[in-house]
Amino acid sequence: MELAITILLFLALVSCAIAIALVRNLFAVVMLSGVVSLLAALLFIVMDAVDVAFTEAAVGAGISSVLMLGTIALTARNEKVPPRYSLVPLAVVSLTGMVLIYGTLDMPNFGDKNAPVQTHVGPSYIERTPKEIKVPNFVTGVLASYRGYDTLGEVTVVFTAGLGVILLLGGLGKRRKRRRESN
Amino acid sequence: MEHHLILRVVTKMLVGPILLYALYVQFHGDFGPGGGFQAGVIFAVAFILFGLVFSLRQLRKLVPDWVVHQLVALGLLLYAGTGVLTLFLGGNFLDYNVLADVAYQGQHWGIIAIELGVGITVFAVMLSIYYAFAGRPPQLDDKDW
Repeated sequence: MELAITILLFLALVSCAIAIALVRNLFAVVMLSGVVSLLAALLFIVMDAVDVAFTEAAVGAGISSVLMLGTIALTARNEKVPPRYSLVPLAVVSLTGMVLIYGTLDMPNFGDKNAPVQTHVGPSYIERTPKEIKVPNFVTGVLASYRGYDTLGEVTVVFTAGLGVILLLGGLGKRRKRRRESN
Repeated sequence: MEHHLILRVVTKMLVGPILLYALYVQFHGDFGPGGGFQAGVIFAVAFILFGLVFSLRQLRKLVPDWVVHQLVALGLLLYAGTGVLTLFLGGNFLDYNVLADVAYQGQHWGIIAIELGVGITVFAVMLSIYYAFAGRPPQLDDKDW
């Protein structure tokens, strides 16, 4: 049953990706990429990664779609048809895909109990979290406490990204101009 | 979207529950799936939905740019400040054990504080990105879509 659901979700994912490549209407492309994110979130749920699924659904399907729509409003509604088709991009994409698939061949199987992630620090987190932190959600325990530095780094990245957008596109320049006009 | 009565009514009904759900995700993150990142995004989604339906101008009146810009920094300061506080209380940076008398309670306080910091920064960054993108073009007519 689980295998059937996984295969179905992957088929839907691939058909959405092909549709994104074919469709010229960018509004439809944004909606389809939202569908891709939702399907990916469902796949994460099948793999029991609820926290990741949650983030994927909120960020991928929610915010990115809105921001993409905002970008479309700034640019154009339809993709331009290229004057002639070239095989180079297809070759590059296929080659990259093959290299990525080749890379996964060395990875342990999904759910393998001998995988490095299950034998290295994982068991120690599972053993220590109920004793030292006493939160039922181990993901929170690891992210917020054991790996607090990493999360601080991630928040700094988000902060820097926001700062960049505010400085490049945001209202600071406008506010300065308004102040200059009022002086 | 002034004349979309259904959209306006549905949005009014949805914004409240979305905010409540974001707070649930924020403060229930220790017990179930979720945490600051997801809660911040969901909290921002409620405001963006309001902005999409009731015009960006009204949203900017509700949450001015300068508030959002200061929240971006406030969240990160709250996170790093928790670390500095634990330093002053005699622990390592971000070692929450020293925040309360019992070590695991200190962990709980620390996690709540830093998750709140994460949530505030993510919320404010999402909203300021939306402001930056949506604030540039003239408002679109419905016919353009």
